[in-house]
Amino acid sequence: MHSSGLSPAARSRAEPRRRPRLLKRAHEQRYLLAMSLPFVALVFVFNYVPIWGWLMAFQRYRPGRPFFEQQWVGLKNFTDLFQDETFYLALKNTLGMSVLGLILGFTLPIIFALLLNEMRAGLFKRTVQTVSYLPHFVSWVVVAGLVYKMLSTDGGPINQLIAHFGGPPVQFMAHSNYFWGVVVLSDLWKEIGWNTIIYLAVMTAIEPALYEAARVDGAGRWQLMRHITLPGISRVVIILFVLSIGHLTAIGFEKQLLLSNPVVKDSALVLDLYALQNGIGMNKFSFGTAIGVVNSLVGLALLFGANAFFRRKTGDSII
Amino acid sequence: MTHLPTGPRARPSTFDLVNGALMLLVLIVTVYPFLNVLAIALNQSQDTVRGGITVFPRHPTLDNFRAIFAYGNIPQAFFISVARTVIGTVLSLGACAMVAYVLSRRDFLGRGLLSRFLAITLYVSGGLIPGFLLIRDLHLMNTFWVYILPTLINAFNIFMIRSYMDELPVELQESARIDGANDLVIFVRIILPLCAPVLATVALFIAVGQWNSWFDTYLYNSSSPQLSTLQFELMKILQSTQSGADAMHSSELKTQQITPDSIKMAITIITITPILVVYPFLQRYFVAGMTLGAVKG
Repeated sequence: MHSSGLSPAARSRAEPRRRPRLLKRAHEQRYLLAMSLPFVALVFVFNYVPIWGWLMAFQRYRPGRPFFEQQWVGLKNFTDLFQDETFYLALKNTLGMSVLGLILGFTLPIIFALLLNEMRAGLFKRTVQTVSYLPHFVSWVVVAGLVYKMLSTDGGPINQLIAHFGGPPVQFMAHSNYFWGVVVLSDLWKEIGWNTIIYLAVMTAIEPALYEAARVDGAGRWQLMRHITLPGISRVVIILFVLSIGHLTAIGFEKQLLLSNPVVKDSALVLDLYALQNGIGMNKFSFGTAIGVVNSLVGLALLFGANAFFRRKTGDSII
Repeated sequence: MTHLPTGPRARPSTFDLVNGALMLLVLIVTVYPFLNVLAIALNQSQDTVRGGITVFPRHPTLDNFRAIFAYGNIPQAFFISVARTVIGTVLSLGACAMVAYVLSRRDFLGRGLLSRFLAITLYVSGGLIPGFLLIRDLHLMNTFWVYILPTLINAFNIFMIRSYMDELPVELQESARIDGANDLVIFVRIILPLCAPVLATVALFIAVGQWNSWFDTYLYNSSSPQLSTLQFELMKILQSTQSGADAMHSSELKTQQITPDSIKMAITIITITPILVVYPFLQRYFVAGMTLGAVKG
């Protein structure tokens, strides 16, 4: 036994004192404990217990039996999944829509923020900003309704514009080829303003002296933008980019579920929707969970991959 | 943001003009769908069928709105939506603020542990199906509480409130303690009033989330019509007309000469009005809140 340097007598005096001290502190902080412990229990139940449910992916879960009396099937759900053609369709749709969404949904807010930043402060600028955040607060149910209305063939403004220039009406919602575009563009419409808030905030924090010094040196508007504003926001841009790569497979199913119809359902099937349909729609709980697990793992791999790439390039880690 | 020469003498350049035009385009593209829907909702249903409604109603009427409130489940769904938004926001804001306060206390003995315990939930979640089975096993299906309990505690909101509380001077709490106040009294009387701006922001986020939510109704309460929400009713109407199965042509509408399209637009307006009403008041708070987070992060 290692000696702690204290005589046996000193240790026996010190040890019983430690626990009462902890208890004493707990007693002093009883209000703080009472204010947090019920919520710890709640978080445990609603956020931690479902993580445990991942084990279901390795079972043949049948409702009504205790968890440990379920039949364990190893990787069967996963091998079934990788042999299912529908899985590859869902994966293709998920990655297709999210990569398209990343390209537009990532670059356009930056451009929009740069342009807003170049506007003179005034009523018009404030109006544009305020209005552009608004769709973020409207539900996808409403947005889906608006999208249908705007794209409809009887009186939808887009088709009226097309007709005005002499084109034939386009049934946007009844063509599989248009579905990805409709989802990506409506998402862009909803979130572009909201996504500029962070860039505008970072731009405000750039030292004004930098601009003055550059202007004294004869820099024009484009040069100020290229050499001061853009480098000023580049760190935030990189962080957000790496994080959105991690979220590539987590695009959810809300838009796809609300915007799809029987005609375009093959283009709308994303991984989460596939899990929903199998797991809850057809009671294949274990198979549905396996889809969720694969989805999360692909997302994690993308996140760590992107982070490793940027760490090698910049020597800086994001997560 | 103001690095450009301002002042009355600066003349707009070509860039300014093009930029202004672009911004105007963004403004129109954002606002037009809402105005169009509003115009249709306020226009006489039979007249709307002729087409050509843009941003002004041609034959203004409130008949469509009157029809909704006599239509099916809408009044009850409106009541449930209001109830879940009010109750859910008050309870969740109170709970998150309480946990945030405990976390902001540097002397709290479980501080590091609690902080990590909450942060993990930001990155890892069980996913759709384990979550569904949990709700079912807890017998929360077909109850009102399924709207409130699962989202009561939100780590993101807690951290947002906590970072605001961290900026408050410690001396306020110390002097209150000398006066004999306990931690709960300090939280309610001193901390909460000082946190009004961040609480307003978080309340907006929670309230919008509650008001806009439809998937929990779809998943857990679709066999309890009395617990239906406005968003879910709107979703059902949109889906039924889109798939061609025109469930909307019920006799109650035919007698009133109201078309499904007008009903859809009127419900859409009812659904977004509460947001439009509170939005201008809370706008500056959430921009400030997000800005703070961005500059710090």
